[in-house]
Amino acid sequence: MKKVLLAFGLLIAVAANAQSDKYVAVMQKNLALLDSAKTSQDFQSAANAFERIGDAEKTQWLPYYYSGLALSTIGWMDKNLDKDANSTRINALCDKAEAIEKNAEIYALRNMSATQQMLVDPQSRWQTYGQQAAAFLKEGMTMDPNNPRLYYLQAQNIFGTPEAFGGGKKNAKPLFEKSVALFKTFQVKPLYPNWGQKSAEDMLAKCQ
Amino acid sequence: MIFGVCFKLTAQTIISGKIKDTKGHPIAGASVSLKNTYDGATSDSIGNYHFSTTEKGDQVIAVTNVGYNSVEQKINIAAEPIKLDLAMKEQLNELKAVTITAGSFAAGDNKRGAVLSSIDVATTAGSNADITAALKTLPGAQQVGEQEGLFVRGGAGYEAKQYIDGTLVNNPYNASVPDLASRGRFSPFLFKGTVFSTGGYSALYGQALSAVVLLESIDLPEKSEIDATISPLVVGVGTQQLAKDKKSSFGVTYNYTNVGLYFDLVKQVPDYFKVPQFHSGDANFRIKTKSGGMIKYYTTFGYSQLGLRRPDVDSLYYKDAFALNNHNWYNNLSWKEYLPNGWKMNLGAGYSTNKDNLMQQVQNSNNQPLQFNDTTAWWMQVKNFGLVNRQDLSQVKAVFEKKLGGISYLRFGGEYQYSYNSTLYNDTLHKFSDNYSALFAESDVYITNDLAAKLGLRFENSSILGKVDLAPRVSLAYKTGKDAQISAAYGIFYQKPENTQLMYTTNLGYTKATHYIINYQKMTRERTLRIEAYYKKYDDLVETIPVSYNYYSYNNNGNGYAKGVELFWRDKKTFKDFDYWISYSYLDTKRQFLNYPQQLMPTFAATHTASIVTKRFFTDIKTGVNLTYSFATGRPYYDFLINNTGKYFIGDQGKTKDFNSLGFSAEYVPSIGKKNAKTFIVLFASVNNVLGYNAVYGYNYPYSGNPMLKQEINPPAKRFYFIGCFLSWGVDRTQDAINNNL
Repeated sequence: MKKVLLAFGLLIAVAANAQSDKYVAVMQKNLALLDSAKTSQDFQSAANAFERIGDAEKTQWLPYYYSGLALSTIGWMDKNLDKDANSTRINALCDKAEAIEKNAEIYALRNMSATQQMLVDPQSRWQTYGQQAAAFLKEGMTMDPNNPRLYYLQAQNIFGTPEAFGGGKKNAKPLFEKSVALFKTFQVKPLYPNWGQKSAEDMLAKCQ
Repeated sequence: MIFGVCFKLTAQTIISGKIKDTKGHPIAGASVSLKNTYDGATSDSIGNYHFSTTEKGDQVIAVTNVGYNSVEQKINIAAEPIKLDLAMKEQLNELKAVTITAGSFAAGDNKRGAVLSSIDVATTAGSNADITAALKTLPGAQQVGEQEGLFVRGGAGYEAKQYIDGTLVNNPYNASVPDLASRGRFSPFLFKGTVFSTGGYSALYGQALSAVVLLESIDLPEKSEIDATISPLVVGVGTQQLAKDKKSSFGVTYNYTNVGLYFDLVKQVPDYFKVPQFHSGDANFRIKTKSGGMIKYYTTFGYSQLGLRRPDVDSLYYKDAFALNNHNWYNNLSWKEYLPNGWKMNLGAGYSTNKDNLMQQVQNSNNQPLQFNDTTAWWMQVKNFGLVNRQDLSQVKAVFEKKLGGISYLRFGGEYQYSYNSTLYNDTLHKFSDNYSALFAESDVYITNDLAAKLGLRFENSSILGKVDLAPRVSLAYKTGKDAQISAAYGIFYQKPENTQLMYTTNLGYTKATHYIINYQKMTRERTLRIEAYYKKYDDLVETIPVSYNYYSYNNNGNGYAKGVELFWRDKKTFKDFDYWISYSYLDTKRQFLNYPQQLMPTFAATHTASIVTKRFFTDIKTGVNLTYSFATGRPYYDFLINNTGKYFIGDQGKTKDFNSLGFSAEYVPSIGKKNAKTFIVLFASVNNVLGYNAVYGYNYPYSGNPMLKQEINPPAKRFYFIGCFLSWGVDRTQDAINNNL
């Protein structure tokens, strides 16, 4: 009987392993696609693929995260995109991801989503989306004070603000420095977010 | 067996097809997935998708895309390829759907369709942060400077009404002084949204023939703060306190205005024997309810006094001395609540009381009062009087809203107003009270995202008139392309005669206006183009019937019309950091009302009116510079006299010269960019009528009717200067200022 149970247990373990192997393989495949994506259409396909994986897996937050990340990339590159609709979808993906696990990376994504909505009309949207974006960064930093991407996003925001208003290179530089330093010691787990280091270094170079 | 397994694992079925909308147009970017598997694809630019799967048997294909309802379809997967075309239905979406814009300008911070934001009102040169003055730069409004109020599309000032959070404001302006325009009582910073409707407005609002200004007060403040205003004209202090849980707040402010010092420096034409002084205080509390609703209370108290002398029009050496003091107390309580099952409730209650104490006397050159014979020189003696006016208004209003299928809404409710008005003229008291009630229902119906209709009906009853009325309102909007739409509106509007008329006779009915409006609008984030044409028909206007000298009766035999075309263009894009708008109004209007013996162009109407408003912020010097130029062609003026048969006739008439005005204002915000600045400072300066143009608003005639002796109605001084400093502690407004000017 014990043997049977053991065998049965093993079988489950193997099956689970096979399952997760399948998950890892499909994630790796799509991460590669995301890395090589160039057009809005490429990113759209990647976002849809990751969402399918998330819906099928049900217990993994990373597919939803990457789906949102792909959409936010479109948000940065496509000037004519309906940012509100795009961010609504990103936020829905963040909700799904957060239902599985709450973490700083999702807050970084939420920050970008809110920032993109704010930039549609900064004058009138600051009060809502600008404040939201700042609040997400703050929440994220409380959860993980050493996440380099959060400092990168904060620095990026200051970099884009005119010098007369407290923005500009000089004020952004210390934050880019902090981000770059944190990237050097940041432990990247397999499949986990790994973007931003090069951008942070490039931006820091621009601040010199 | 092993082969079989392998075959099973590698046997892939190809699924492909096309995703289209209900009209057959391809949809790109839709996500097609085999539910609960990794398999799926994204439709390409012509709607085609294609993927392969190893799954077998009964499965579900799901298609999702932003802006469309999701589609699911059961399929059975065997070895042979599957071809499946699917159609998606567009979602009715509030953000994408067409909005009804005929007749209305929405100004707000977060509202879509906003034409002016609150900060725009404050930085419009020439307005000195007066809401009404800023609205005068929009098409439809006249450049009337000798009376307060908005004169819209051939309508008199009292035909435009203001509402705060849904309830009527009885005395929106400071106490009225003959031949001068008073400022509004409410600061633009109290409101997060303003809708200026120049016609065809919703059935939720009544008793305004021409226009409504709908003001929506702000919810909770961002942070606790203390504010101060310092200027040679005004000092003020206030605070807003936000609770720690950010669920409630309260605030109080106090302002004292005294123009004495200013009048010493800048010579005024009238001789002010009592310098204008205003005390005003307000208080508020706001509570956020559990379900996301808001309870808001706002109260303001004002006291003002002034006295001035001007030359008497009937004599060479005499003067008319006019003195006034005013008490005003305004209260507004509103409760907005979300109820289950898609219901929303808006309750409002208000109480206001206003008392004007006026005195006028004819004085000699030594400022001594003079008395005249009541029969042989009655036209002089009538200029000696004391008048105490009191207006009280209590009201309640309830509006219920139910979301129907999609984004359509049904709204209905009622309101009740009790008003008490009295006038003590010398020793004679006239008074009346009115119970006014109204029921209304309105529905926003979206047929598609591109076609919407608003249908409304309003039923009103006034006890003093003893009459009921029924006012239908209809508007339609159709989207003609991306960012472009056509709207049309029709409506009947009723208004009670003015208090000063009802005081003497109650044998009157409602005055009536019928609006027809058509509007084209093309609007992107940075540019707005609006063209609007309208026709307005006036019926049952109040006419004055002379009974004996200095005594009148009234009837409803007046009528008239107004028609015109208006243009609005705003552009924030073409020139970097430069924002400007241009308004133009063409107006053709005539009316027979009050003492007009026949249909005439009213004295408050100009054929052509235009404004150019410009704003530029220089980030390097942290300074904003604003210029406003307004132009209007001359307005008619008349001297109406009474003939032997007791009928009015035109004794003299003419047209004033054209009106020009250039306003300038600048703000300097040194705290911008200072991260840890404890004090937020704004320095503000403005000049109205920079070029010193001598404006003539009309003429006053002597009793004799001699046109040679008519007097120009001018502003009290050619230019108006303002300089002030606004301080704020506690809240970091830096980000505000940045983003207001980005």
